[in-house]
Amino acid sequence: MTEMRFREAVRTAIAEEMERDASVLIMGEEVAQYQGAYKVTEGLLDRFGEKRVIDTPIAEAGFAGIGIGAAMVGLRPIVEFMTWNFSAVAFDQILNNAAKLRQMSGGQLEVPIVFRGPNASARQVGSQHSHAMEHFYTHIPGVKVVAPATCADAKGLLKTAIRDDNPVIYLESETLYSLKGDVPDDEDFTVPFGLGRVAREGSDVTIISYSRIVHVALEAAETLAKEGIEAEVIDLRSLRPLDEDLILQSIAKTHRAVIAYEGWPYGGVGAEIVDRIQRMAFDELDAPILRVTTLDYPMPYSAALEQHCIPQAPRIVEAAKKVSYRE
Amino acid sequence: MNERDLAIEMYRQMKLIRRFEEESARAYSMGKIGGFLHLYIGQESVAVGANAAIRPDDYTITTYRDHGLALARGMTSRAAMAELFGKETGCSRGLGGSMHFFDAEHHMYGGHGIVGGHMPLAAGMAFASKYRGEDRVALGFYGEGASSIGATHEAMSLAALWKLPCIFICENNEYAMGTSLERSLSLTDISRKADAYGMAKDRFVADDVFMVRDRIGAAVKRARAGEGPTLIEVRTYRYRGHSMSDPAKYRTKDEVDDAKQRDALYRLQHQLEEDGATAEIEKADAAVEEEVQDAIKFADESADPGPDLLAPTTYKGEFAR
Ligand SMILES: Cc1ncc(C[n+]2csc(CCOP(=O)(O)OP(=O)(O)O)c2C)c(N)n1
Repeated sequence: MTEMRFREAVRTAIAEEMERDASVLIMGEEVAQYQGAYKVTEGLLDRFGEKRVIDTPIAEAGFAGIGIGAAMVGLRPIVEFMTWNFSAVAFDQILNNAAKLRQMSGGQLEVPIVFRGPNASARQVGSQHSHAMEHFYTHIPGVKVVAPATCADAKGLLKTAIRDDNPVIYLESETLYSLKGDVPDDEDFTVPFGLGRVAREGSDVTIISYSRIVHVALEAAETLAKEGIEAEVIDLRSLRPLDEDLILQSIAKTHRAVIAYEGWPYGGVGAEIVDRIQRMAFDELDAPILRVTTLDYPMPYSAALEQHCIPQAPRIVEAAKKVSYRE
Repeated sequence: MNERDLAIEMYRQMKLIRRFEEESARAYSMGKIGGFLHLYIGQESVAVGANAAIRPDDYTITTYRDHGLALARGMTSRAAMAELFGKETGCSRGLGGSMHFFDAEHHMYGGHGIVGGHMPLAAGMAFASKYRGEDRVALGFYGEGASSIGATHEAMSLAALWKLPCIFICENNEYAMGTSLERSLSLTDISRKADAYGMAKDRFVADDVFMVRDRIGAAVKRARAGEGPTLIEVRTYRYRGHSMSDPAKYRTKDEVDDAKQRDALYRLQHQLEEDGATAEIEKADAAVEEEVQDAIKFADESADPGPDLLAPTTYKGEFAR
């Protein structure tokens, strides 16, 4: 184990996979000479050279598409979006090319590509720069979507993503980059897709989350514990595929669920989970499932209003009490 | 306005933008401003010269580096500073921040955060003008980094095809974040992109604000006369980093100092001093100083926006749940 920051864990996964496989390369805006807009790719240009660590102009549709085209004929590109907000410009490439090539070619083609970068809110970056894009991407059959919350998972999931023969959407968080944690050194350490993790055990209510909000959920769980409610916090890690078994096991124990994440309440990952629970564990439920999401507005700039809109621990606490009939 | 009065007015505007932004940078380091702050310092002559070339009712739109254009168009320093401070008295009521200055009254249509994303909107305003049989023009400002993205080109392609009264103003400040011009474009004479669309073009250095006015003015005249759009590459330079978090290690101090030698604001100031306008300059400087200090006080004392603002600014009328 080595203690490192989240951004270093991401970088280590990239570097190890680039060592291992010459067809792996990384491209994106400011990834090389500038050392990454958020310093995730720091040092990679020196180590691997400009053939494999490639600065691109501001042309998301172009370089995402070039990545997909190269993957289609055997390379394994990692495409960095400076933030996931800018992937909207490349959405068509992901939706119509990355996700479809395999199926519409009758299974002849493979698109082993990873799209990665920071997702969801940062601090006061306004409505056009605060999107939680997983809700758009999980909708698409043909891509996988993962969102680590810890440094170890950041490394393990990214290595799995790079080795996967399908397009993978890998979501980071600007506010997690400085998080520290122990990361396995083993070069074959991977975290399989479709397996969640119990971040905290509890018996009274299940709080389901992923990415940065796992940490907010853990904070909420501490508050709840002081009031005699033991929350089980589930870190999904993988959004598509989704770990149904883990969710259902926890519900069978707690009979109550709150789902907390960034993104708007209409549809999305939370609504999907609610659907699965009510279909597969209807009789286990003692209360309607509640979701704690970003409020239903474009993200405001004002610090006070932004905090008001983003999911916070007190809102998770409130929802957990409500499903426990302890208001 | 005679040329001398205009010179003093343009000096005042450029100085206001510079002092406004120097004080914003200070407020940012004190934590009064959050998120991104992209400064326009060094590029003032572009917005000010362009504004002098158009009428108050003409349309303008730009990138996240938007303070200069907003102030040049007539947004008050109070509304601008309060927006940076995220206050309810800000030009976008504290909802937009530095990147999203809007002032419909002065026909300043933003402040946009997605590179190139606003360029079709510039063409759209020009389309509306033509549709209604007006002679208003639209000025769309963008950075040279946005020359690589599709939206910019689709906007130019359609504007040229439909002969829209749109002026595409590429503010070539030599860097897109840390990427120099040579590393982002195969053709570094950006004005030549116009040739592909059969559009008029121009290209010049922005160190003389009167020249900026005249050269953009020529394109405006053509657009008003129904002769279609123009692509203008204006060579300029930003003195500060891309945003407050950028230490700008990708260029040398000498390079920046060199650019500052050609500073359009000081050039105009020297011209005015030679013309014996020292008293007017001092008066303008004092007025600017007072305006900026007043704006900070106003922003400091203004209230945060409340949650009640969120629903009515998301939808007009009933909220669509
Ligand atoms: C589609 C998109 N991709 C990436 C970004 C991140 N970004 C913001 S500004 C910028 C550089 C833009 O440079 P340029 O167009 O030259 O304008 P300047 O900042 O120099 O005024 C980048 C990469 C973005 N906002 N939008």
